[in-house]
Amino acid sequence: MAHAHVSNTKRIWNVFILLSVVTIVEVILGIFKPEALHHTKFLAMNLLNWIFILLTIYKAYYIVWAFMHIEGEASSLRSAVVAPLVFLILYIMFIFLLEGDYIYEVFRDSTIKWNF
Amino acid sequence: MESTVTTAKNEGKTWGGGNEPMNASYGKLMMWFFIVSDALTFTGFLAAYGLSRFKFMESWPLPDEVFNHFPFMHGVNAPMYYVALMTFILIFSSVTMVLAVDAGHQLKKGKVAIYMFLTIIGGFIFLGSQAWEWKNFIKGEYGAIETNGGSILQFVDNTGQRIKLADFAVVLPEERVQHTADKGVWFSSESSLPTYSVAEVQAGFAAHPEILIRTEVLYEGTDAQKADKTLHPELNSKIKHKSVLTREASEDMLSKAHYVVEGANLKRNEYGPRLFADFFFFITGFHGFHVFTGVLINIIIFFNVILGTYEKRRSYEMVEKVGLYWHFVDLVWVFVFTFFYLV
Repeated sequence: MAHAHVSNTKRIWNVFILLSVVTIVEVILGIFKPEALHHTKFLAMNLLNWIFILLTIYKAYYIVWAFMHIEGEASSLRSAVVAPLVFLILYIMFIFLLEGDYIYEVFRDSTIKWNF
Repeated sequence: MESTVTTAKNEGKTWGGGNEPMNASYGKLMMWFFIVSDALTFTGFLAAYGLSRFKFMESWPLPDEVFNHFPFMHGVNAPMYYVALMTFILIFSSVTMVLAVDAGHQLKKGKVAIYMFLTIIGGFIFLGSQAWEWKNFIKGEYGAIETNGGSILQFVDNTGQRIKLADFAVVLPEERVQHTADKGVWFSSESSLPTYSVAEVQAGFAAHPEILIRTEVLYEGTDAQKADKTLHPELNSKIKHKSVLTREASEDMLSKAHYVVEGANLKRNEYGPRLFADFFFFITGFHGFHVFTGVLINIIIFFNVILGTYEKRRSYEMVEKVGLYWHFVDLVWVFVFTFFYLV
Protein backbone atom coordinates (compact mmCIF):
# COMPACT_ATOMS: atom_id res chain seq x y z
CA MET A 1 0.00 0.00 0.00
CA ALA A 2 1.77 3.00 -1.32
CA HIS A 3 -0.22 5.57 0.63
CA ALA A 4 0.17 3.89 4.01
CA HIS A 5 2.61 6.19 5.79
CA VAL A 6 2.75 9.28 3.63
CA SER A 7 0.95 12.34 4.89
CA ASN A 8 -1.49 13.84 2.38
CA THR A 9 -2.50 16.91 4.36
CA LYS A 10 -1.63 19.35 1.63
CA ARG A 11 -3.66 17.53 -0.97
CA ILE A 12 -6.61 17.25 1.43
CA TRP A 13 -6.74 21.01 1.91
CA ASN A 14 -6.34 21.62 -1.80
CA VAL A 15 -9.30 19.36 -2.53
CA PHE A 16 -11.32 21.11 0.16
CA ILE A 17 -10.66 24.48 -1.46
CA LEU A 18 -11.56 23.07 -4.85
CA LEU A 19 -14.85 21.61 -3.60
CA SER A 20 -15.70 24.87 -1.85
CA VAL A 21 -15.04 26.95 -4.94
CA VAL A 22 -17.14 24.65 -7.10
CA THR A 23 -20.00 24.83 -4.58
CA ILE A 24 -19.81 28.63 -4.49
CA VAL A 25 -19.91 28.76 -8.29
CA GLU A 26 -22.96 26.48 -8.27
CA VAL A 27 -24.76 28.63 -5.72
CA ILE A 28 -24.00 31.86 -7.57
CA LEU A 29 -25.25 30.36 -10.84
CA GLY A 30 -28.31 29.04 -9.00
CA ILE A 31 -29.17 32.44 -7.56
CA PHE A 32 -28.58 34.56 -10.66
CA LYS A 33 -29.59 32.00 -13.29
CA PRO A 34 -27.94 33.72 -16.29
CA GLU A 35 -30.55 33.84 -19.03
CA ALA A 36 -28.12 32.82 -21.77
CA LEU A 37 -27.61 29.51 -19.97
CA HIS A 38 -31.02 29.07 -18.43
CA HIS A 39 -32.99 29.62 -21.62
CA THR A 40 -30.79 27.66 -24.03
CA LYS A 41 -31.58 24.02 -24.45
CA PHE A 42 -29.14 21.28 -25.26
CA LEU A 43 -30.32 17.66 -25.53
CA ALA A 44 -33.70 18.38 -23.90
CA MET A 45 -32.18 20.16 -20.90
CA ASN A 46 -31.07 23.74 -20.40
CA LEU A 47 -27.36 24.54 -20.28
CA LEU A 48 -27.52 25.67 -16.66
CA ASN A 49 -28.71 22.25 -15.53
CA TRP A 50 -25.98 20.59 -17.61
CA ILE A 51 -23.41 22.76 -15.85
CA PHE A 52 -24.84 21.84 -12.44
CA ILE A 53 -24.74 18.15 -13.22
CA LEU A 54 -21.23 18.25 -14.64
CA LEU A 55 -19.95 20.19 -11.64
CA THR A 56 -21.63 17.69 -9.33
CA ILE A 57 -19.89 14.81 -11.06
CA TYR A 58 -16.63 16.76 -10.85
CA LYS A 59 -17.12 17.13 -7.08
CA ALA A 60 -18.09 13.48 -6.73
CA TYR A 61 -14.89 12.49 -8.51
CA TYR A 62 -12.76 14.41 -6.01
CA ILE A 63 -14.66 13.09 -3.00
CA VAL A 64 -14.23 9.50 -4.13
CA TRP A 65 -10.69 9.83 -5.45
CA ALA A 66 -9.14 12.06 -2.80
CA PHE A 67 -11.25 11.70 0.35
CA MET A 68 -12.24 8.06 0.02
CA HIS A 69 -8.79 7.57 -1.41
CA ILE A 70 -9.78 5.14 -4.10
CA GLU A 71 -6.76 6.39 -6.07
CA GLY A 72 -4.58 4.48 -3.59
CA GLU A 73 -6.44 1.19 -3.98
CA ALA A 74 -5.64 -1.56 -6.42
CA SER A 75 -6.93 -0.80 -9.89
CA SER A 76 -9.08 -3.95 -9.78
CA LEU A 77 -10.90 -2.64 -6.68
CA ARG A 78 -11.27 0.75 -8.31
CA SER A 79 -12.95 -0.65 -11.38
CA ALA A 80 -15.02 -3.11 -9.34
CA VAL A 81 -16.54 -0.19 -7.45
CA VAL A 82 -16.76 2.51 -10.09
CA ALA A 83 -17.64 0.63 -13.28
CA PRO A 84 -20.90 -1.01 -12.10
CA LEU A 85 -22.07 2.27 -10.58
CA VAL A 86 -21.40 4.28 -13.70
CA PHE A 87 -23.10 1.75 -15.93
CA LEU A 88 -26.14 1.12 -13.73
CA ILE A 89 -26.73 4.77 -12.87
CA LEU A 90 -26.59 5.87 -16.50
CA TYR A 91 -28.94 3.07 -17.44
CA ILE A 92 -31.54 3.64 -14.72
CA MET A 93 -31.52 7.41 -15.23
CA PHE A 94 -32.00 7.05 -18.96
CA ILE A 95 -34.90 4.65 -18.63
CA PHE A 96 -36.66 6.54 -15.79
CA LEU A 97 -36.36 10.00 -17.25
CA LEU A 98 -37.47 8.84 -20.67
CA GLU A 99 -40.51 7.20 -19.10
CA GLY A 100 -41.26 10.32 -17.04
CA ASP A 101 -41.19 12.44 -20.16
CA TYR A 102 -43.50 9.98 -21.91
CA ILE A 103 -46.07 10.24 -19.08
CA TYR A 104 -45.78 14.02 -19.23
CA GLU A 105 -46.63 13.95 -22.93
CA VAL A 106 -49.58 11.65 -22.32
CA PHE A 107 -50.93 14.09 -19.72
CA ARG A 108 -50.32 17.07 -21.98
CA ASP A 109 -51.79 15.68 -25.17
CA SER A 110 -54.69 13.72 -23.79
CA THR A 111 -58.23 15.07 -23.84
CA ILE A 112 -58.48 14.60 -20.08
CA LYS A 113 -58.43 17.92 -18.28
CA TRP A 114 -55.92 18.02 -15.43
CA ASN A 115 -56.06 21.60 -14.33
CA PHE A 116 -59.52 22.15 -12.85
CA MET B 1 -2.23 -1.90 8.40
CA GLU B 2 -1.47 -5.48 7.59
CA SER B 3 -1.12 -6.28 11.27
CA THR B 4 -4.63 -7.68 11.60
CA VAL B 5 -3.93 -10.28 8.97
CA THR B 6 -1.28 -12.98 8.98
CA THR B 7 0.90 -12.40 5.99
CA ALA B 8 3.92 -14.36 7.07
CA LYS B 9 5.28 -16.85 4.58
CA ASN B 10 2.13 -17.10 2.54
CA GLU B 11 3.42 -15.34 -0.54
CA GLY B 12 2.65 -17.32 -3.63
CA LYS B 13 0.26 -19.70 -1.91
CA THR B 14 -3.11 -18.55 -3.18
CA TRP B 15 -5.12 -20.91 -0.99
CA GLY B 16 -2.87 -20.73 2.02
CA GLY B 17 -4.71 -18.00 3.88
CA GLY B 18 -3.72 -14.41 4.44
CA ASN B 19 -4.39 -13.63 0.84
CA GLU B 20 -6.17 -10.34 0.26
CA PRO B 21 -8.31 -9.98 -2.85
CA MET B 22 -7.70 -6.64 -4.53
CA ASN B 23 -5.08 -5.82 -1.92
CA ALA B 24 -7.73 -4.65 0.52
CA SER B 25 -8.53 -6.12 3.92
CA TYR B 26 -11.82 -7.93 4.40
CA GLY B 27 -13.46 -5.07 6.32
CA LYS B 28 -12.46 -2.42 3.84
CA LEU B 29 -13.55 -4.47 0.86
CA MET B 30 -16.94 -5.12 2.43
CA MET B 31 -17.34 -1.45 3.27
CA TRP B 32 -16.70 -0.62 -0.38
CA PHE B 33 -19.30 -3.11 -1.55
CA PHE B 34 -21.80 -1.88 1.02
CA ILE B 35 -21.24 1.61 -0.36
CA VAL B 36 -21.83 0.38 -3.90
CA SER B 37 -25.18 -1.13 -2.92
CA ASP B 38 -26.17 1.90 -0.87
CA ALA B 39 -25.26 4.17 -3.76
CA LEU B 40 -27.61 2.15 -5.96
CA THR B 41 -30.36 2.54 -3.36
CA PHE B 42 -29.99 6.30 -3.49
CA THR B 43 -29.83 6.11 -7.27
CA GLY B 44 -33.20 4.39 -7.21
CA PHE B 45 -34.67 7.14 -5.05
CA LEU B 46 -33.24 9.95 -7.13
CA ALA B 47 -34.29 8.22 -10.35
CA ALA B 48 -37.86 7.94 -9.04
CA TYR B 49 -37.69 11.61 -8.10
CA GLY B 50 -36.48 12.40 -11.62
CA LEU B 51 -39.32 10.42 -13.14
CA SER B 52 -41.92 12.33 -11.12
CA ARG B 53 -40.28 15.57 -11.95
CA PHE B 54 -40.26 14.87 -15.68
CA LYS B 55 -43.86 13.72 -15.35
CA PHE B 56 -44.86 17.06 -13.75
CA MET B 57 -42.32 19.08 -15.70
CA GLU B 58 -44.57 22.14 -15.98
CA SER B 59 -45.92 22.24 -12.46
CA TRP B 60 -42.90 21.29 -10.35
CA PRO B 61 -42.09 23.99 -7.77
CA LEU B 62 -39.10 26.26 -8.38
CA PRO B 63 -36.61 25.40 -5.62
CA ASP B 64 -35.40 28.96 -5.02
CA GLU B 65 -38.97 29.95 -4.15
CA VAL B 66 -39.40 27.10 -1.68
CA PHE B 67 -36.05 27.05 0.12
CA ASN B 68 -35.38 30.69 0.75
CA HIS B 69 -35.05 30.96 4.52
CA PHE B 70 -32.01 31.78 6.58
CA PRO B 71 -31.75 31.83 10.38
CA PHE B 72 -32.28 35.25 12.01
CA MET B 73 -33.24 36.76 8.64
CA HIS B 74 -36.98 36.52 8.83
CA GLY B 75 -38.88 37.53 5.74
CA VAL B 76 -35.69 38.03 3.74
CA ASN B 77 -35.55 36.19 0.44
CA ALA B 78 -32.32 34.16 0.74
CA PRO B 79 -32.49 31.40 -1.83
CA MET B 80 -29.97 28.58 -1.43
CA TYR B 81 -27.73 30.31 1.13
CA TYR B 82 -28.76 27.96 3.86
CA VAL B 83 -28.31 24.72 1.92
CA ALA B 84 -25.00 26.04 0.65
CA LEU B 85 -23.97 26.48 4.27
CA MET B 86 -25.13 22.94 5.06
CA THR B 87 -23.07 21.66 2.14
CA PHE B 88 -19.99 23.43 3.49
CA ILE B 89 -20.54 21.96 6.95
CA LEU B 90 -20.72 18.48 5.50
CA ILE B 91 -17.73 18.93 3.20
CA PHE B 92 -15.74 20.33 6.09
CA SER B 93 -16.63 17.40 8.33
CA SER B 94 -15.43 15.20 5.48
CA VAL B 95 -12.13 17.06 5.54
CA THR B 96 -11.67 16.54 9.30
CA MET B 97 -12.54 12.88 8.78
CA VAL B 98 -9.90 12.41 6.11
CA LEU B 99 -7.41 14.26 8.33
CA ALA B 100 -8.23 11.78 11.09
CA VAL B 101 -7.53 8.91 8.70
CA ASP B 102 -4.30 10.59 7.69
CA ALA B 103 -3.22 11.01 11.33
CA GLY B 104 -4.15 7.36 11.88
CA HIS B 105 -1.67 6.30 9.21
CA GLN B 106 1.02 8.02 11.26
CA LEU B 107 -0.30 6.42 14.47
CA LYS B 108 -0.89 9.77 16.14
CA LYS B 109 -3.61 8.95 18.64
CA GLY B 110 -4.19 12.48 19.92
CA LYS B 111 -4.64 13.98 16.47
CA VAL B 112 -6.98 11.19 15.38
CA ALA B 113 -9.14 11.82 18.46
CA ILE B 114 -9.33 15.57 17.86
CA TYR B 115 -10.24 15.22 14.20
CA MET B 116 -12.82 12.52 14.95
CA PHE B 117 -14.34 14.82 17.55
CA LEU B 118 -14.57 17.69 15.04
CA THR B 119 -16.19 15.34 12.54
CA ILE B 120 -18.84 14.37 15.08
CA ILE B 121 -19.55 18.02 15.87
CA GLY B 122 -19.92 18.74 12.14
CA GLY B 123 -22.36 15.86 11.84
CA PHE B 124 -24.48 17.20 14.68
CA ILE B 125 -24.54 20.71 13.20
CA PHE B 126 -25.66 19.27 9.88
CA LEU B 127 -28.44 17.27 11.53
CA GLY B 128 -29.62 20.36 13.41
CA SER B 129 -29.61 22.37 10.18
CA GLN B 130 -31.66 19.75 8.47
CA ALA B 131 -34.19 19.77 11.31
CA TRP B 132 -34.53 23.53 10.89
CA GLU B 133 -34.94 23.14 7.15
CA TRP B 134 -37.70 20.58 7.69
CA LYS B 135 -39.42 22.84 10.21
CA ASN B 136 -39.64 25.67 7.68
CA PHE B 137 -40.77 23.31 4.96
CA ILE B 138 -43.53 21.80 7.12
CA LYS B 139 -44.72 25.12 8.48
CA GLY B 140 -44.82 26.85 5.10
CA GLU B 141 -44.99 30.56 4.65
CA TYR B 142 -47.73 31.75 2.31
CA GLY B 143 -50.42 29.10 2.26
CA ALA B 144 -52.29 28.04 -0.85
CA ILE B 145 -55.57 26.68 -2.15
CA GLU B 146 -56.09 23.23 -3.56
CA THR B 147 -58.63 22.92 -6.37
CA ASN B 148 -60.98 20.04 -7.01
CA GLY B 149 -58.47 18.67 -9.49
CA GLY B 150 -55.64 18.75 -6.95
CA SER B 151 -53.75 21.72 -8.42
CA ILE B 152 -52.25 24.30 -6.12
CA LEU B 153 -53.25 27.97 -6.41
CA GLN B 154 -51.06 30.64 -4.85
CA PHE B 155 -51.86 34.32 -4.38
CA VAL B 156 -49.97 37.36 -5.66
CA ASP B 157 -50.68 41.07 -5.60
CA ASN B 158 -50.85 43.23 -8.72
CA THR B 159 -47.05 43.50 -8.90
CA GLY B 160 -46.61 39.74 -8.86
CA GLN B 161 -45.34 39.52 -5.26
CA ARG B 162 -46.52 36.54 -3.24
CA ILE B 163 -48.94 37.30 -0.43
CA LYS B 164 -49.95 35.24 2.56
CA LEU B 165 -53.43 33.97 3.25
CA ALA B 166 -53.29 35.76 6.58
CA ASP B 167 -52.89 39.09 4.76
CA PHE B 168 -56.29 39.03 3.13
CA ALA B 169 -58.49 36.19 4.38
CA VAL B 170 -61.44 37.35 6.47
CA VAL B 171 -62.70 35.65 9.60
CA LEU B 172 -66.25 34.43 9.23
CA PRO B 173 -68.45 33.30 12.11
CA GLU B 174 -68.04 29.60 11.45
CA GLU B 175 -68.09 26.75 13.89
CA ARG B 176 -66.05 24.00 12.38
CA VAL B 177 -63.98 22.19 14.99
CA GLN B 178 -61.37 19.55 14.45
CA HIS B 179 -62.86 16.08 14.58
CA THR B 180 -60.86 14.16 17.16
CA ALA B 181 -61.41 10.63 18.40
CA ASP B 182 -63.01 11.78 21.66
CA LYS B 183 -65.68 13.85 19.93
CA GLY B 184 -67.36 11.42 17.57
CA VAL B 185 -66.93 7.73 17.10
CA TRP B 186 -63.60 6.64 18.57
CA PHE B 187 -62.17 5.15 15.39
CA SER B 188 -62.39 8.26 13.28
CA SER B 189 -60.58 11.56 13.55
CA GLU B 190 -58.93 14.09 11.24
CA SER B 191 -55.70 16.02 11.20
CA SER B 192 -55.58 19.60 12.41
CA LEU B 193 -57.67 22.05 10.40
CA PRO B 194 -56.12 24.89 8.39
CA THR B 195 -56.29 28.35 9.95
CA TYR B 196 -58.81 29.53 7.36
CA SER B 197 -61.67 27.82 5.64
CA VAL B 198 -62.16 27.91 1.87
CA ALA B 199 -65.11 30.30 2.32
CA GLU B 200 -62.97 32.70 4.36
CA VAL B 201 -60.28 32.78 1.68
CA GLN B 202 -62.90 33.28 -1.06
CA ALA B 203 -64.54 36.12 0.86
CA GLY B 204 -61.17 37.77 1.47
CA PHE B 205 -60.32 37.40 -2.20
CA ALA B 206 -63.60 39.05 -3.23
CA ALA B 207 -62.89 41.95 -0.86
CA HIS B 208 -59.43 42.63 -2.34
CA PRO B 209 -59.74 43.30 -6.09
CA GLU B 210 -55.97 43.64 -6.56
CA ILE B 211 -55.22 40.03 -5.66
CA LEU B 212 -54.50 37.59 -8.48
CA ILE B 213 -53.94 33.86 -8.63
CA ARG B 214 -50.72 32.20 -9.64
CA THR B 215 -51.06 28.65 -10.94
CA GLU B 216 -48.51 25.85 -10.85
CA VAL B 217 -47.99 26.02 -14.59
CA LEU B 218 -44.62 27.26 -15.76
CA TYR B 219 -44.83 30.18 -18.20
CA GLU B 220 -42.59 29.33 -21.16
CA GLY B 221 -43.71 32.03 -23.58
CA THR B 222 -45.07 29.58 -26.13
CA ASP B 223 -47.49 30.80 -28.79
CA ALA B 224 -50.37 29.03 -27.09
CA GLN B 225 -49.55 30.75 -23.82
CA LYS B 226 -49.18 34.14 -25.50
CA ALA B 227 -52.62 33.76 -27.08
CA ASP B 228 -54.16 32.58 -23.81
CA LYS B 229 -56.64 35.24 -22.66
CA THR B 230 -56.77 33.92 -19.08
CA LEU B 231 -53.12 34.79 -18.46
CA HIS B 232 -52.36 38.22 -17.08
CA PRO B 233 -51.03 40.45 -19.90
CA GLU B 234 -48.30 42.29 -17.94
CA LEU B 235 -47.19 39.95 -15.20
CA ASN B 236 -46.21 37.18 -17.59
CA SER B 237 -43.47 39.06 -19.39
CA LYS B 238 -40.49 36.96 -18.34
CA ILE B 239 -40.32 33.27 -19.11
CA LYS B 240 -39.67 30.39 -16.67
CA HIS B 241 -41.81 31.52 -13.81
CA LYS B 242 -45.24 30.41 -12.64
CA SER B 243 -48.04 31.91 -14.71
CA VAL B 244 -50.32 34.56 -13.21
CA LEU B 245 -54.01 34.67 -14.16
CA THR B 246 -56.13 37.72 -14.92
CA ARG B 247 -58.59 38.81 -12.25
CA GLU B 248 -61.56 37.23 -14.09
CA ALA B 249 -59.75 33.94 -14.59
CA SER B 250 -58.60 34.07 -10.95
CA GLU B 251 -62.18 34.42 -9.73
CA ASP B 252 -63.24 31.55 -11.93
CA MET B 253 -60.37 29.40 -10.68
CA LEU B 254 -61.01 30.16 -7.03
CA SER B 255 -64.62 29.07 -7.34
CA LYS B 256 -63.22 25.56 -7.83
CA ALA B 257 -61.37 25.70 -4.52
CA HIS B 258 -61.61 22.62 -2.42
CA TYR B 259 -59.17 22.88 0.47
CA VAL B 260 -56.83 25.33 2.17
CA VAL B 261 -53.23 24.07 2.30
CA GLU B 262 -50.70 25.45 4.75
CA GLY B 263 -47.16 24.15 4.76
CA ALA B 264 -46.45 20.56 3.81
CA ASN B 265 -47.23 17.04 4.92
CA LEU B 266 -47.27 13.69 3.17
CA LYS B 267 -50.73 14.30 1.75
CA ARG B 268 -50.52 17.81 0.30
CA ASN B 269 -48.21 20.78 0.27
CA GLU B 270 -48.53 24.44 -0.60
CA TYR B 271 -45.62 24.36 -3.05
CA GLY B 272 -46.95 22.22 -5.88
CA PRO B 273 -47.51 18.58 -6.82
CA ARG B 274 -48.01 16.29 -3.85
CA LEU B 275 -45.08 14.11 -4.81
CA PHE B 276 -42.73 17.04 -4.32
CA ALA B 277 -43.08 17.04 -0.54
CA ASP B 278 -43.14 13.24 -0.41
CA PHE B 279 -39.83 12.99 -2.20
CA PHE B 280 -38.35 15.82 -0.18
CA PHE B 281 -39.23 14.12 3.09
CA PHE B 282 -38.22 10.69 1.90
CA ILE B 283 -34.88 11.43 0.26
CA THR B 284 -33.55 14.10 2.60
CA GLY B 285 -34.93 12.03 5.48
CA PHE B 286 -33.14 8.91 4.33
CA HIS B 287 -29.97 10.88 3.87
CA GLY B 288 -30.41 12.45 7.31
CA PHE B 289 -30.81 8.96 8.74
CA HIS B 290 -27.49 8.05 7.14
CA VAL B 291 -25.87 11.09 8.72
CA PHE B 292 -27.36 10.11 12.05
CA THR B 293 -26.03 6.55 11.92
CA GLY B 294 -22.72 7.92 10.65
CA VAL B 295 -22.48 10.16 13.71
CA LEU B 296 -23.29 7.21 15.98
CA ILE B 297 -20.63 5.02 14.40
CA ASN B 298 -18.16 7.91 14.56
CA ILE B 299 -18.85 8.26 18.29
CA ILE B 300 -18.17 4.57 18.87
CA ILE B 301 -14.92 4.76 16.94
CA PHE B 302 -14.01 8.00 18.72
CA PHE B 303 -14.26 6.25 22.10
CA ASN B 304 -12.26 3.32 20.78
CA VAL B 305 -9.56 5.77 19.73
CA ILE B 306 -9.58 7.39 23.17
CA LEU B 307 -9.44 4.01 24.89
CA GLY B 308 -6.42 3.10 22.79
CA THR B 309 -7.96 0.09 21.06
CA TYR B 310 -6.33 0.94 17.75
CA GLU B 311 -3.10 2.00 19.42
CA LYS B 312 -2.81 -1.56 20.73
CA ARG B 313 -3.54 -2.98 17.30
CA ARG B 314 -0.95 -0.61 15.81
CA SER B 315 -3.49 0.04 13.06
CA TYR B 316 -6.13 2.71 12.64
CA GLU B 317 -7.82 0.96 9.74
CA MET B 318 -11.16 1.06 11.55
CA VAL B 319 -11.05 4.86 11.35
CA GLU B 320 -10.46 4.52 7.63
CA LYS B 321 -13.49 2.26 7.26
CA VAL B 322 -15.92 4.57 9.04
CA GLY B 323 -14.27 7.38 7.10
CA LEU B 324 -15.37 5.69 3.88
CA TYR B 325 -18.94 5.62 5.12
CA TRP B 326 -18.81 9.25 6.22
CA HIS B 327 -17.44 10.40 2.86
CA PHE B 328 -20.17 8.44 1.15
CA VAL B 329 -22.79 10.35 3.15
CA ASP B 330 -21.14 13.56 1.96
CA LEU B 331 -21.12 12.24 -1.60
CA VAL B 332 -24.85 11.54 -1.51
CA TRP B 333 -25.51 15.03 -0.17
CA VAL B 334 -23.65 16.55 -3.13
CA PHE B 335 -26.18 14.88 -5.42
CA VAL B 336 -29.20 15.65 -3.24
CA PHE B 337 -28.07 19.28 -3.18
CA THR B 338 -27.92 19.40 -6.95
CA PHE B 339 -31.18 17.68 -7.69
CA PHE B 340 -33.34 19.23 -4.97
CA TYR B 341 -31.98 22.73 -4.74
CA LEU B 342 -30.15 23.65 -7.92
CA VAL B 343 -31.62 21.94 -10.97
